[in-house]
Amino acid sequence: MKEMTIAQLLEKYPFVTEFFQQNRLNITGFEQLTFADYLQQLDEDELEEKAIELQKLPEELALYIEQMTAFLGLNEDSGVHSLTILPGKDKNAVPEKFTKLTIFPSQVVAIVGPTGSGKSRLLADIEWAAQNDTPTGRSILINDALPDAKWRYSPNNKLVAQLSQNMNFVIDLSVKEFLQLHAQSRMAENIKEISGKILAAANRLAGEPFSADTPVTSLSGGQSRALMIADTAILSASPIVLIDEIENAGIDRRKALEVLLSQDKIVLMATHDPLLALMADRRIVIRNGGIHAVLETTQEEKALLQKMNSLDTIMQSARRELREGKTLHTKDFLSDFRL
Amino acid sequence: MNLVIFSGPPSSGKTSVILKVIESFKKRAVAVGVVKFDCLYTDDDKLYEKAGIPVKKGLSGALCPDHFFASNIEDVVKWGNKAGLDLLITESAGLCNRCSPYLTGVKGVCIIDNLSGINTPKKIGPMLKSADMVAITKGDIVSQAEREVFASRVSAVNPKAMVMHVNGLSGQGAYELSTMLYDEKQSLSSVQGMKLRFPMPSAMCSYCLGETRIGESYQMGNTKKMVWEEKEK
Repeated sequence: MKEMTIAQLLEKYPFVTEFFQQNRLNITGFEQLTFADYLQQLDEDELEEKAIELQKLPEELALYIEQMTAFLGLNEDSGVHSLTILPGKDKNAVPEKFTKLTIFPSQVVAIVGPTGSGKSRLLADIEWAAQNDTPTGRSILINDALPDAKWRYSPNNKLVAQLSQNMNFVIDLSVKEFLQLHAQSRMAENIKEISGKILAAANRLAGEPFSADTPVTSLSGGQSRALMIADTAILSASPIVLIDEIENAGIDRRKALEVLLSQDKIVLMATHDPLLALMADRRIVIRNGGIHAVLETTQEEKALLQKMNSLDTIMQSARRELREGKTLHTKDFLSDFRL
Repeated sequence: MNLVIFSGPPSSGKTSVILKVIESFKKRAVAVGVVKFDCLYTDDDKLYEKAGIPVKKGLSGALCPDHFFASNIEDVVKWGNKAGLDLLITESAGLCNRCSPYLTGVKGVCIIDNLSGINTPKKIGPMLKSADMVAITKGDIVSQAEREVFASRVSAVNPKAMVMHVNGLSGQGAYELSTMLYDEKQSLSSVQGMKLRFPMPSAMCSYCLGETRIGESYQMGNTKKMVWEEKEK
């Protein structure tokens, strides 16, 4: 790598552009030099001006190339075929009441329990790939084996992506520019195609459609949520997605889960909403900092879920009609009230 | 005693993260103290006090805060040793994002937040680039995409650093960060003779010395002018 000119570097590793840009190194016109020679010819004032440390940069560039190459290699195979949680203990050092919980891609597990019961801790254990070295004493296995250290230490390989009700877009870009930016940072090759795919998926989830030119900050709550979900499903590098309570407004939650599952994500969904909790086949009950139980959703519950869904439809349509200035009539609802 | 230097832009969540980190040390019976550096004002020492953490504060006032840090760190370490701490944390705000308080051989942690915008990693100098660990905060209120873009830009300017997401409110990630900070075997009695990782700018001009009048004839020393002529292409 040391003998390569900047032009050769750019050709072999196109992503180094990002390194030069983020480090404020203007290489235009110097492509025929090696990186070391390029640095040599920068004058001292300029280095001080830009607060650049000369000696470390070549080493950092090498490290960056190594990390990115490894990261891109990982893309071909998402690498996670199962996630296993082994029990630890709760806040009072009482052992958790399950033997082993394994979740495969395209499965949803709900997490239920009072606020402050230990949800964040469980998430942190997974994110950190705990090895009996966190306060809960839990261990995480990936593909039934000890997790690779990259899940812990490498900035581009994080196990968990998060979607929550509190999230907002803060960036000032259009939907199209935003998706391109994310795709670039993920080193995606067919950026246009991917952004189009995400926009289409997001529009299938959102109640009101939006275009590629809409600024992300002016999307409605439902539209933002839809875009975040579609983007996380299709572009995020993380194999596990945590959903923290999606509100039942402006977005089709069942379709949202389908989008995530169709991309082979492992989905954990923290919720207080029975409609969501029962949509999962299993649920983790958290109490006093520990996993109190892992329950399978019963047939009876699945049947109840259907009824609750029809109740939900009634509420939704009543909400819509009131909003449109209509008057509600008993006769329109009666047939729906047979539970 | 262990020493860890925390730094980061104002309001990035340094104090919240440090408080959560210390909480996880308490259970392990590691005695932690904090010295908070700031420029004109800080109330954060009260937050530490309330949490029962030994704390001192230093206000740089009329001086450059990073220069103030460098001239005081030796006494800070003396205080920590005298107070019988196992771990001493210094917290200082980067003000112009140009300098960094990190010392060679002492762990340096940079705290920056997702809300500051995705161009921030580019704007921050050695405070971010020469940190050993970077904790990114406020990840719970921006989109996953922005978190990912932000983190990848951080690692482009500092590929050596370990980059973590820490939530200063829920504490998610704080325990994990704490495990990287304390080493039982390490014992630091003094920082005398140690070196800053990055030199501060060689600036000394008439305004450094109290000049208030505007105008070319009052400007002396290391001054710099903006370029106004259009470059010919």
